[in-house]
Amino acid sequence: MTDTWKLGDRVLRSRIIVGTGKYASLDETRAALAASGAEIVTVALRRIDLASKQPTVLDAVDRAKYILLPNTAGCYTADEAIRTLHLARELGMDDLVKLEVIGDPKTLFPDNTATVEAARRLVKEGFKVLPYCSDDLITCKRLEEAGCLAVMPLAAPIGSGLGIRNPHNIRLIIDNVGIPVIVDAGVGTASDAAIAMELGCVAVLMNTGIAGARKPVLMAEAMRLAVEGGRKAYLAGRMPRRDYANASSPVGGLIE
Amino acid sequence: MSASLDVVINGQPRSVAVGTTVSGLLGELGLGERRVAVERNREIVPRAQHATTTLAEGDRLELVTFVGGG
Repeated sequence: MTDTWKLGDRVLRSRIIVGTGKYASLDETRAALAASGAEIVTVALRRIDLASKQPTVLDAVDRAKYILLPNTAGCYTADEAIRTLHLARELGMDDLVKLEVIGDPKTLFPDNTATVEAARRLVKEGFKVLPYCSDDLITCKRLEEAGCLAVMPLAAPIGSGLGIRNPHNIRLIIDNVGIPVIVDAGVGTASDAAIAMELGCVAVLMNTGIAGARKPVLMAEAMRLAVEGGRKAYLAGRMPRRDYANASSPVGGLIE
Repeated sequence: MSASLDVVINGQPRSVAVGTTVSGLLGELGLGERRVAVERNREIVPRAQHATTTLAEGDRLELVTFVGGG
């Protein structure tokens, strides 16, 4: 069975999107991306280091294999985010962008109002927008109305590894928007990724959950398997929860 | 000795020769082969215009590239 999903007109097989930040080396980045099975990888945009001639992340990301998803990390206004994405477009990217407009440096929680405004403007300019946002259904609806291709509610603060703090909200979003829901931020270990997929997310986006592990490449593989396992469990449909036991072996025919 | 201009590149002051183009500057900085996007006074200079865009006194340039990130 091929279990693909659509992002705009793109058909994707992998349900894990990974970041390229915080790795110890470009070799480790390359190996972790491969082990994760990701087809889409995120990158950030920064001033080029004029003092260093070291290879950059683009040397670790084979453009023939991966779709580049530039982000607007570090932007606190819609204007800054849009300016950043204009530069990303000039640098040469695919048509997808990860929009994040941060509202507060300590939590890195999104400024949802500014995110919706930026999304509207970017969609009008022809960008295909994947916005990071709060796990708030109404914000997600506004982002859908703005023409975003998907919504990417956070599971927990960026880089916190706290897992899915509010599975109920994620489920409400999945049930009430018509575009793909991708959990972005907060996944700390394989079970968190599996939970996101069991809830019915179409994909999971993570960076620190892999890069911050003691063995990032092994964790990338664990995340790939967890996403696959969670997805299959979602498709299989879990058994109903019961408050009391229900014997698995026949209750009759016991020896006396 | 040819006259020079003062510009600001990624926040750092720098002197360049009068007549320096964006391409010339990138070459001087050793970035000729690198993938770099250029903003001049907050306006993007498209790659196709790097060779024909001449820097002016007080120009503020941002030279950016992709880095690892989530």
